[in-house]
Amino acid sequence: MSNNVNNTHGVERFQDPGLPEHIHRKADHDEGAAKKAERQVAILFLLSAVGTVLAIGSYIFMPQDIVVFIPIMGDQNAAQLGLGLGIAMATFFLGMGAVHWAKTLMPDTEVIAERHEFRSEETDREEFAATVKEQGGAAGLGRRTLIKRSLGLAGGLAALTPIVMLRDLGPQPKKELNTTSWESGTRLVTDPGDRPIKPSDLEVGAVAQVLPALKAGEERTLENVGKDAVLLIRLNPNEFNLDSERLSWTHDGIIAFSKICSHMGCAVALYEQQTKHLLCPCHQSTFDVTRAAKVIFGPAARPLPQLAITVDSDGYLVAKQPFTEPVGPSFWERNSK
Amino acid sequence: MSQKERIIGGVANYVDERTGAAKWLNKNLKKVFPDHWSFMLGEVALYSFIILLLSGTFLTFWFDPSQRDVVYNGSYMPLQHVQMSAAYASTLHISFDVRGGLLMRQIHHWAALLFMASIIAHLLRVFFTGAFRKPREANWLIGVGLVTLGIVEGFLGYSLPDDLLSGTGIRIAEAILQAIPVVGSYIAFFAFGGAFPGHVFIPRIYTVHVLLLPGAFLALITIHLMLVWYQKHTQYPGPGRTEKNVVGYPLMPVYMAKAGGFFGIVFGVTAFLGAVASINPIWLYGPYTPGQISAGSQPDFYMGWLDGLVRMSPPLETHAFGHTISWNILIPGLIVPGILFTGMALYPFIESYISGDKREHHLLDRPRNVPNRTALGAMSLTFMMVSLINGGNDLIATHFHMSINQIMWMSRIGIFILPPLAFVITKRICLSLQRADRDLVLHGRETGRLVMLPHGEFVEVHEPISPEKAWTLTSHIQPVAISHVTEDANGVAKPKALINKLRSRMSSANAEQAPAATISEAKELEGGHH
Repeated sequence: MSNNVNNTHGVERFQDPGLPEHIHRKADHDEGAAKKAERQVAILFLLSAVGTVLAIGSYIFMPQDIVVFIPIMGDQNAAQLGLGLGIAMATFFLGMGAVHWAKTLMPDTEVIAERHEFRSEETDREEFAATVKEQGGAAGLGRRTLIKRSLGLAGGLAALTPIVMLRDLGPQPKKELNTTSWESGTRLVTDPGDRPIKPSDLEVGAVAQVLPALKAGEERTLENVGKDAVLLIRLNPNEFNLDSERLSWTHDGIIAFSKICSHMGCAVALYEQQTKHLLCPCHQSTFDVTRAAKVIFGPAARPLPQLAITVDSDGYLVAKQPFTEPVGPSFWERNSK
Repeated sequence: MSQKERIIGGVANYVDERTGAAKWLNKNLKKVFPDHWSFMLGEVALYSFIILLLSGTFLTFWFDPSQRDVVYNGSYMPLQHVQMSAAYASTLHISFDVRGGLLMRQIHHWAALLFMASIIAHLLRVFFTGAFRKPREANWLIGVGLVTLGIVEGFLGYSLPDDLLSGTGIRIAEAILQAIPVVGSYIAFFAFGGAFPGHVFIPRIYTVHVLLLPGAFLALITIHLMLVWYQKHTQYPGPGRTEKNVVGYPLMPVYMAKAGGFFGIVFGVTAFLGAVASINPIWLYGPYTPGQISAGSQPDFYMGWLDGLVRMSPPLETHAFGHTISWNILIPGLIVPGILFTGMALYPFIESYISGDKREHHLLDRPRNVPNRTALGAMSLTFMMVSLINGGNDLIATHFHMSINQIMWMSRIGIFILPPLAFVITKRICLSLQRADRDLVLHGRETGRLVMLPHGEFVEVHEPISPEKAWTLTSHIQPVAISHVTEDANGVAKPKALINKLRSRMSSANAEQAPAATISEAKELEGGHH
């Protein structure tokens, strides 16, 4: 099959006129121009040297706390700016000098080199194929299937060891993804500050981030925060659009949700007071607070888990019960109803 | 013989007597490289890689890859006495208490962006000019490997400072691992040494970021360049350039000076950016805690398309038999990128399968002369752009006072409609450009000079184009559609009839073209005119 229809069926095609004649540069025949180019290269190299002086000078002598205002860029640390611009000058002009040198003074005649097809001579290819057949045949790989199969088995098994040895990278998940520190009666405390909260601390329309109060001797880890963070929002009780069970999980217009997004675990931190929407800044999943954080937009497939809250005998907000479902992003073992 | 010549001769003699390399060196120092601006794109990637190695090494001298809790007491006042990880504290230390540390951090980050941008630009150049064709398929595969590793390496790199923004990125990565069916939560727990975030992740990705992946890069880049060297560089078509030759400049001295100089220029530009343009000011974000977040959280641009795909995904989850499958994470986070990158890797083989072209190619294509491929490239680019724009939908919404919901819906619809549209439009543009080339060859260049003929008619004078130009515009391959037989003489369908039919169709779509002008046609026109 020939795709190259050069000169077929009497059609005359345009022919390759060959490499155009070389046009010499001014510096090739005019000694003055060459000298000028040489000076230009030298100036570029000298600019580079100035850059290095600026860089090292800024590093050693410039105090670290001088701030200069530069239009567009704003306030800049003078030492860092001097060092950076110095390095930039040093490398940039060194490069420009070399390129200018190559372009003006080094030979610019295009050279033609031959290219050879990679495919070897037919006799070489045949010999090669014969060698492979012969030598490979000598090992008997094709015939001795027992060797072939046991080799495959051994090789495959050997590759398992490095994978098995990664086992101790971490513990098994067990039930850890299903649980949080919230228990029935756990006080809600401010984050930061760890102060217990009374309903009166929250005005209508206000939002607060809370965590479970620490038990004596307990320390709060980031792993805990990653599961325990809860957002409190206070609405007018008549703004809720909840079934009776979920309504009973609120207290005095205060509703509590897991702050960890049910999509990919980001902190759902943007609350829009007017619309009563919670927005996750990572992927813009939007949850309707009045309808128990039902997903109204975006990629999240589940509402934020709601935490049932009430007040204890001292009037502080506490969890009525633990979360009834795992918080955070989905996982295979999650039993989602 | 001058003093200088004697020294050069001495060095050459010294090297050759110890390596016997005179013949090899002589041949390779004279090696010819074709010259074109678009061949610099890969060079930029190489040079920014070297800058990354240098600046990265500098950063490792002070960076403490540990999630141990420390209380900050460096010179950045707003974070005084704040509890944070040693990784974050040492990044603050580099930024504020090591002279030139912030500069190096910014050079490192800018170089990483430049590395990815130049790899992508280089990849597009190789794709649109058909440089991946036989015998260079292996180098294409290595390139696809490099761009994939580059995305991972960049992501791990900006995750290391353990600031609020990067920690959020890690949180999302963890959610993707966790979403893998059956083994997801195990993989996540093994990777993080327990529940997220744990205390082992930063040291682990540090080893991968500074040792494992740079090692892989070095190996792949070495093979990539050796193949370029051995197979010789491709060249653009033109007078005197054939499949059997390479026209250009010798390695020594021209290419050495130009390439070495260009490294200096790339370094200079990166250093300039590092000096004047703030990037990733981690001290503004604060240390990572899973309970906090900043609005407008954005990954670097080479991750942005992935984030955009995740954002536009519909809320799909399967809940059955006590298990959950998150299609809203798996499809945009793993399945679609997997399909895209596999398709990209296999493209040279797919194209050769469709066109039936098994020949060696060293002359590059002008994109217009391969309309199908160019249209496919435009289609993929459009897909990526829609995803990338959606990845920044929150910023677009706030900057241009638009509704984020509308932008998201535009992306959700656009991702299906715009890429095919781009394909059709690009293909039509390519064919039109082919016809324009044809007209130019046959009718000559419009001079803009109007002449009044004796009978009063005005005509514009056309000037014939040079033989060089005519050759450049007509020398490209004219693909021929292959029709595969689907039935035998009796009209009975042959085995693989469906595949052959499909292949024939794709082949004829691939071969659609405006035929290149010929001298015969030009002569015929000449006869007709006068």
